[in-house]
Amino acid sequence: MSHTPAALETGTGLDNRKLLMWLFLASECLLFGSLIGAYLLYRGQSVVGPYPEDLFDIPFTSVSAFVLLMSSVTMVLALAAIQRGDQRGLRIWLLSTALLGLLFLSGQAFEFTEFNHEGLSLSSNLFGTTFFVLTGFHGAHVTVGVLILLSLLVMAWRGRLTQSQSLNIELAGLYWHFVDVVWIVIFTLIYLIQP
Amino acid sequence: MVGALRRLRQEGESYQGVWSWLTTVDHKRIGIMYGVTAFLFFLMGGIEALLLRIQLSSPNNAVLDPDQYNRIFTMHGTTMIFLVVMPLSAAFFNLLIPLMIGARDVAFPRLNAFSFWVFLGGGLFMNASFFTGGNILKGELGAPDAGWFGYAPLSLQSAGTGIDFWAFGLLILGVASMASGFNFIVTIFNMRAPGMTLLRMPLFVWMTLVTSFLIIFAMPIITVALFQLLFDRLYGANFFNFEAGGQPLLWQHMFWLFGHPEVYILILPAMGIVSEVLPTFSRKPLFGYPFVVISGLAIAFMSWGVWAHHMYTTGLGPIANSAFGVSTILIAVPTGIKIFNWLATLWGGAISLKTPLFFAVGFISMFVIGGLTGVIHSIVPSDYQQQDTYFVVAHLHQVLLGGAMFGLFAGIYYWFPKFTGRLLHEGWGQLHFWLMFIGFNITFQPMMILGLLGMPRRIYSYPEGAGWEWWNAVATVGALLIGVSILVFMFNVVLSLRRNDQAGPDPWDGRTLEWAIPSPPPAYNFREIPTVRARDDFWHQKYEEDETGRPVPIVGGGAQEPEEEEHAEGEGHGIHMPSPSFFPLIAAIGLPIIATGLIYDAAIVAVGVAVLVVGIYGWALEPASE
Ligand code: HEM
Ligand SMILES: [Cu+2]
Repeated sequence: MSHTPAALETGTGLDNRKLLMWLFLASECLLFGSLIGAYLLYRGQSVVGPYPEDLFDIPFTSVSAFVLLMSSVTMVLALAAIQRGDQRGLRIWLLSTALLGLLFLSGQAFEFTEFNHEGLSLSSNLFGTTFFVLTGFHGAHVTVGVLILLSLLVMAWRGRLTQSQSLNIELAGLYWHFVDVVWIVIFTLIYLIQP
Repeated sequence: MVGALRRLRQEGESYQGVWSWLTTVDHKRIGIMYGVTAFLFFLMGGIEALLLRIQLSSPNNAVLDPDQYNRIFTMHGTTMIFLVVMPLSAAFFNLLIPLMIGARDVAFPRLNAFSFWVFLGGGLFMNASFFTGGNILKGELGAPDAGWFGYAPLSLQSAGTGIDFWAFGLLILGVASMASGFNFIVTIFNMRAPGMTLLRMPLFVWMTLVTSFLIIFAMPIITVALFQLLFDRLYGANFFNFEAGGQPLLWQHMFWLFGHPEVYILILPAMGIVSEVLPTFSRKPLFGYPFVVISGLAIAFMSWGVWAHHMYTTGLGPIANSAFGVSTILIAVPTGIKIFNWLATLWGGAISLKTPLFFAVGFISMFVIGGLTGVIHSIVPSDYQQQDTYFVVAHLHQVLLGGAMFGLFAGIYYWFPKFTGRLLHEGWGQLHFWLMFIGFNITFQPMMILGLLGMPRRIYSYPEGAGWEWWNAVATVGALLIGVSILVFMFNVVLSLRRNDQAGPDPWDGRTLEWAIPSPPPAYNFREIPTVRARDDFWHQKYEEDETGRPVPIVGGGAQEPEEEEHAEGEGHGIHMPSPSFFPLIAAIGLPIIATGLIYDAAIVAVGVAVLVVGIYGWALEPASE
């Protein structure tokens, strides 16, 4: 079974692993949908501060959102590189994507500590509860993504990611773009649109 | 570490005996493990049920104290739903889907093994909570005590670690269900034999597909709800904390938004099984196949829009209540369509009255009563009277035990010969059926009356003189009878395995592809991947119709894979099957360890994460055979 090119024989024409990834991401939509729903439901319901308007630093978060957005670009470049057999390009762009992801995560860590200093915590009020759980889940997804990218980078370095295995990069890319899009939604709904 | 991983892998390929089961990625073996494990949990949940019934058999009884009662009734419901009906259905997905669509295995055999081990770990983890309450021999039970629905704020106020075990346990089980949901969707979409178009798929395959979609969309919702509960309990978050402005009712919305699709996750596989059993034993194709498929899809879609019928009395207001009442009544329409199609399948058929058919007809009759009581619930003013009474208990057992479990037993009797090569004994099988059917009705019809007499559910005892004594005593007798019927079933299995009544490849004159291959099937299932030309393809290889539409056997038809040849030396060696792997098991072990650590001690979390990481990396670096 192993050495047959699966994509050619499947019922949908999609490779099994790719279909799996699409289904997984569809299911993730409900996970984030529920988390975002809980945030929106409780928006403005906190009985004590601190409130979002006291804490949000829109310029700062815009920069980190931009960083994450750029990482999607480098991810696309990594895929393009492996597809044309450019190993050096693959390594460069994988590394850049991982680094941008890490940069985003440090931004989030910084933001969390800042908010914490100003008195926001998981238990301080509803805003703290819903904010940390939502963005925390997203951050955990980015962390997993960075780990995947770094693992792929190591494989690429050892020459274990050849042109014919570009599907691995494609799958990591799908996940990465998804996590990115989720951040755009969170950023818009939670940071930008303030009632 | 890489070296150690590699060694583990090489050993894996030569394992035999127990080790070959621990490393297996064969869908049939995984299916058998799912089935056996779920059955053991069924015994566990059954003993819990009997304890509850004995406690309730007479007023002011003191077999269980209130605390024990709450824990046992919580574990009973949780076990029966998540550790019995769902995994028994998963057992059938595993055993049958590749065979029915003409494939050699599922799309991701190792992911499949992972699902099973995660399920087993989650089930054991959940039940381990019994030991956390002190000395279990003195009756000091741990275990969750807020019901299978875990309503906040009750589930927040519950002391001890029972609810934490419950929530983490359900999260772990959710991983198992979702992994198998993804796997079976990909398998059904991508791995069908040539000619097996969607509308030629056996109905069981359709219902598996629909159920899998429900699983991957419903599970994330309960996942979030459980995390919210755990954050509130363990880290002082405020999701359900009324003082901080949180709304405990949010839990009910999330739980039932998951919960109603969940009830169809429980029933659709059984409906699929019944839709296979009825045609075989009436020797007629399923009546109105496309309608049955479409009703299944309609049920799945509509199941997302009815959740608040569990919440009529929470004060949502008349408009919301009416809207949900209407949507709930509407969902009974596709359900009814299925029932009429099943009846029409039996109508005028050449009925062969065997045990699987008994259970299938038992399913239809009990499920009809269950569905009708559901419709009674859906009418808001009527439900105001029934909510939280034994009438609801009667309804849910009518659909779950009378429905899902009867359907699953029909499947066990029907496919047992396929996977063991032995027929189950007919006489004992029918005795099992009648005892269970009569016991079931003696247990649960009285609960309808009790509910209408106003007996509330979720109580550990009741006073004398409320007029509930007689029917409670009757219900307990019925429950004991069901217990006896299960003993008869177990006896039958042992007896039949000993008796060696060889089934042969096609004991029931079946219609679908699994009957075309030997029993038990070889590891690679099909020596040659079949080409499918019709719905019920195997039947059409065996029979053609005369002018009056009656089936006439084709001479030599349907014999393309005779059993004898399979035993020939060296047969099937040219077929490359996925190699066994240890890593799904290792990765799966990581999850309960992490959960234990999150309840007790962060250091244990690190161990769990390490185990998980070893499992995942070993898995990913293994030369892929899938
Ligand atoms: C015709 C289809 C059905 C309708 C109209 C229906 C309707 C309802 C309603 C309105 C309730 C809420 C009653 C109350 O709490 O007052 C309910 C409860 C319940 N139903 Fe159904 N139902 C149907 C089929 C099913 C099926 C197929 C299953 C499972 C296999 C199921 C399982 C349950 C369970 C477990 C509960 C109780 C939940 C709890 O409170 O613990 N139902 N049903
Ligand atoms: Cu419901």
